[in-house]
This record gives sequence, structure tokens and C-alpha cells, in this order.
Amino acid sequence: MIQIRQKFVQRSDPLIVLAPILAILLALVIGGILLLLLGRDPILAYRAMWEGAIGNPFENPTSLANTFTRAIPLMLVATGICVAFRGGVINIGSEGQLFVGALAVVALSASVGDSLPALVYVPLSLVVGFAGGAFWGFIPGFLRARFSVNEILCTIMMNQIAIQLLNIMLSGPLRDPSANVTQSARLPEAVWLGRMLPPTRLHTGIFAALIATVVTWLLLWRTPIGYRIRAVGQNREASRYAGISVPVYIILALTLSGGLAGLGGAAELTGVSRRMVSGFAAGFGFSGIVVAIFGRLHPLGAIPSALLFSAMVTGAERMQRTVQVHYETIIAIQGIVVLFAVSSSMWVQRRAARRLAIDVGMSPSDDEPESGAGDIRPAEA
Amino acid sequence: MDERTLLDVLVAASALTMVSAMPFLYSALGEVFSQLSGVFNLGVEGIMLVGAFSSIYVASDMGLDAGLLAGVLAGMVTGALLGLVMAFVSVTMQADQGISGIGITLLGRGLSTTLFILLADGVLLVESFQPIRIPLLSDLPVVGDILFNQNIMVYGALLLVPVTAWLLRRTTWGLQIRAVGQNPAAADAMGVNVEQVRYSAVVLGGTMAGLAGASMPLALTNVFQVNMTAGLGFIAVAMVYFGGWSPWRVMFGSLLFSAAYNLQIWVQVLDVKLFGETIPVNILLMMPYVLAIIVLVFARDMQRFRPQAMNRPFRRGD
Repeated sequence: MIQIRQKFVQRSDPLIVLAPILAILLALVIGGILLLLLGRDPILAYRAMWEGAIGNPFENPTSLANTFTRAIPLMLVATGICVAFRGGVINIGSEGQLFVGALAVVALSASVGDSLPALVYVPLSLVVGFAGGAFWGFIPGFLRARFSVNEILCTIMMNQIAIQLLNIMLSGPLRDPSANVTQSARLPEAVWLGRMLPPTRLHTGIFAALIATVVTWLLLWRTPIGYRIRAVGQNREASRYAGISVPVYIILALTLSGGLAGLGGAAELTGVSRRMVSGFAAGFGFSGIVVAIFGRLHPLGAIPSALLFSAMVTGAERMQRTVQVHYETIIAIQGIVVLFAVSSSMWVQRRAARRLAIDVGMSPSDDEPESGAGDIRPAEA
Repeated sequence: MDERTLLDVLVAASALTMVSAMPFLYSALGEVFSQLSGVFNLGVEGIMLVGAFSSIYVASDMGLDAGLLAGVLAGMVTGALLGLVMAFVSVTMQADQGISGIGITLLGRGLSTTLFILLADGVLLVESFQPIRIPLLSDLPVVGDILFNQNIMVYGALLLVPVTAWLLRRTTWGLQIRAVGQNPAAADAMGVNVEQVRYSAVVLGGTMAGLAGASMPLALTNVFQVNMTAGLGFIAVAMVYFGGWSPWRVMFGSLLFSAAYNLQIWVQVLDVKLFGETIPVNILLMMPYVLAIIVLVFARDMQRFRPQAMNRPFRRGD
């Protein structure tokens, strides 16, 4: 009974919805103050950002299309991070998993060439990308489950290893011999994801991303496997007593998480760049963490959240050209958003607990809220 | 290569390994304080970047030209400020520590890059700390050049190892840090102000991460570059696990990782070949991270030294 009331009190609290929006606004205000201190006009900067991210879609859809294009890998990476989080593990390694997923696709096309029809080639490349990322996520998952290696640190190291792996591949086996710069050969046309709105680069990968997000949501909340992943994430001890093999589901959570990031890499590769270049998709992994947290660690929340952050990053590029503020300013703003989001989520929950306590006449500490949709703290190791 | 010159080269490479162990030492020792108090501060990477930028900006004649010591101080102050932010988010707001650390890292990276481009147009050089020969000791063969002909920040880092060990084992404050990290409820019952102790430990950790950042441009590279730490801060956090939260083992880890970072030089000096081929640079660059993972696997025995309350915010009545 108290549980139901508690959910009700939490849901009816307008702050649940308002807190993330306030976090963004506050971060933008702080960013604006910073710009002002540095002698740049924040209004001009943010207007440039708006133009670059959205503009006037009825006259010229380019800006909006760019925002949607960039949202595709972000959505997939963030969905993957949700899976890991729900399983009680933190995956900081999306960046590396995304690289390895894309690398696997390049390797595939290097060995298969253009001998396959698009109808087979495109799905195959997405599967291979998923597998590549899943492999890169499996390693830290296995080390976590078998040797209790801290998965945060391990996934960070795996990122750095993937970057070097990418460089090795680009300067060696997968290098385009005809080019002077380090890049792979152009992928065969049969593996490309189609573009929907030329001359913009918006590609059909957006459907893959939306489907993957919804499937992940169904998997986590409508299947026994998802139930067990979440059970392990909530309470490892209790799950063990309930007969769930905790190590298996920890590995599974990180593997799926990596797979989704790898899928993001494959989509970005076959839809946008269509060849591997050094510096490919850099920054998507870390932005994906921000997107996932902002989407309240729910796969469906990742969709609007990815669009929002994609707009911020896409807009930041225009901002850099217009007011000469470095593009990385947006990374600082993202950092502030993360700090606000994690702080406010705890605070809102405590507030809900207090309100509930007053409601049923208990002292607040007697009844802490269970981890629910708003909780972004994984279970303890 | 004859005997004499090989020895010289080995000594030079060892001396270089000593210098580049310095940022690891500062940041990892700082992280020991923070983690022992129960706060897993993953923001070290970002704090180091801000510390590095602010220190060289204050010190360089292309910036404020206030001298090297003022630069070091600036690095420490900005580090302390970011440590304060981390403490506020993780202790007062009780947010998840791993994620807060990522937030701090993003903030630090974005901030240092933005300021670097806006304030310094993307170029900052400095005349760094020069080596100081310690009389008599520096005349010793081999060890003299490795240990006693370094710049002041290297001496400082080495000195911090016994100081940290002493602080943590022999002072009331150090014991309080360990108590609030192991069992905050018991410490609270004994009248220790858990929040205050954690704040002090995290801010000190931030200060030392800022110092680590300052040491890079001021005593190692002479320049600032965008994202110049390149994951070094994360390795420092891993090293604390590897070192089982003991300053002496952390020092050992720092030297090990510093050697791994300078693998390129060592491989050249010792003329190591793989199947008769020169080893590709990227594989050497990969090694510190591979080593970090291997070390984390084998250091799992160290988990028994893990502060029991790490990652757990404390509030009364739980």
C-alpha cells in the first residue's frame, strides 16, 4: 500500500518532470555567464546554436536533419548504457564499443567486398557491428563477474585500447592504399544505409535506432531475461537467493550494452562517413552517458534525450563558426548538466519520501523510496 | 653500443620515468584520501586538465606571467574548487559518485579547452622548473642522476608518499578519514562529523589532482595541449585500487605505469624486437591500459582493503 502511494506521490510531483529541464536551463545559464565573462555575447552564441540545431525547418531542413542524424548513434549508445545501469553495472566504455563495432563492419566489407546484395549486406553489417561492440562489452563484463574487476575503470581502459586498435588498423591492414591520410577505403555501396533527405545525411539508420530502443524497452520490462537483469541490478543478494545466476546476467547486461553501442557505430559508419577515418565518431560515447542519465535511464527516455543533446552538439558547431567559441564548451555544459541531473534526482526522491512520510505520519528515514524509474543509482558491488 | 653509453642511456631513461611518475603520484595519493573517506572521485582526469591549464596560464609569459610558484598555487586552488564541487555533489547531494566523476571530467575537459582557446589562442609555452642537484647525493653513481638530480616537483611528489602514510596512520584526522570510509555510522556515533571529514578528504584530493595537473606543463612538458592528460587521471584512480589504498604501494604502481607510458623509450633503449620487427608505436601506446586491466585482475586480493563505505553516501538513521 505504502509502495503504491509512494509511486503516486513521486509521479504527482511536478519536480520529477521539471528537474531535468531546470538542469538544462541552469547549465545553459552558467554557460552563458561563462561566455559573458570571456567577452562573448551569449545571446548571439545561443542564437547561433539554435540556428545550427533547428533553424527554420520549413524553409531549410538541413539543421534539423543534422540534429536527427547525430541523434542516431547517441540514441543507441544511451540505450545500451540504460541496459548496463539497469543491470547494476556502469558502462563508461561505449566509445570503445562503438569503435570496435564500426571496425568490425569495415573488416567485414574488406573481406566480403561488394559480392552481396544490399538486402543481405545491410542487415548483416548491422549484426556484425552489434557483435563487435558486444565483444568489447563482454570482456569487462566477464572480468567483473569472474574477477570482480571494477567495471568503470575497466571500460575506461578498454576505450583507450580501442582507440589504439583503431589507429593500428587504419595505419595497417584496413588502410586505403590510395589515400595520403589514414583512413579506410570507401565501403561498397551495397552496405550503405540509404539517405532519406538528400543533400542532408539523414539516413535510414534512424529506424534501426528507434526499433532497437523499443525492443530494448520490451526486453527489459516484458521478458523474463529483462526481469532478471533488472533484479540483479536492484539487489544482487536477493537475486542470488531467488536462483538467478548473478554473474551471467552481469555479463549479459554489459554485452548487450556494448552491442547497442556497436550498432550505433555501424549505423554511423554505413550511414554517414561510409569509411573509417581517424577521429571517427569521437565523443559519442561520453555524450551517450549524458543522454542516458538525462533520459532517466529508460530506453524510451533516451529518444527525446538523444534529440535534445544532439541539438546541443550540432548547434555548438555553428556556434564555433559564428562567435568563435570552441565547440568543447558544450562538453563543459554537458558536464554541468550531469552534475545537476545526478544531484537533483536524489534530492527529488528524498523530497518524495518526505512528502509521503508526512502523508502517512512516519518519520522520513523509516521509509526510503525503492529504486524506481527515477533512481539512477545502481546497486552496490 | 659499448657498456658505458648503454648505462648512461639506461640512467637517462630511468630518470625520465621518475619525472613522468610525478603526475601519477600526486593524483593517486590525493585519490587515496578521497577513496579512504568513502568517496570514489572519478573526476581526477577533469580536475587535472583544469589544474594544468590554470597553472601554465598563470605562470607563462604568454599568460599572466606570475611565475612558476604562482602557477603551482593556481593549479592547487582550481583543483580544490573542483574538489569542493565533487564533495558537494557526492556528500551533500548524495549523488552517484561514478557518474558525478564523469560530470566533473566533462566539465574540466570542456572548461580547460574553452579557456585555452579563448584566453591563450591555443598556444601556451612556459620555461619549466629546472633540475636541482642535491649536493653529495647527486654524485652517487647511477642513483645520483635518477633520484637526486630532479626538479622540485618530483622531490615534492616523492616526499608526499611518507607524508601521506604518516597523515593517514598517525594523525587523528587520518584515522577519522579511514573511520568514515569504513563505517560511517560508527564514526558518527563516536562524535566524528562524517560530512566534514569527507569534505576535507575530497577537497584535499582535488587539490592534489590540481597539483598533478600543474606538474605536467610546469615540470614535464613545458606546454599545454588540449586534453593533454589523455586518460592519465583514470589510470591514477585504477592505481589506487592496485595499490590497495596504501601510499607506498601506490608509489610502486606509479613507477610501474610511468615505465609503461615510456615504453617507447625503453623499447628503443633496450632495442627490443618482436619477431625481428620493430614494434608498432600504437601497440606500445596501448600497453599502459592493457597493463591497467591485467593489474586490476591480479590486484583483486587488494579488495579486502577496500573502504567498506566507498560509494555509499551517509545519512543518519540508515
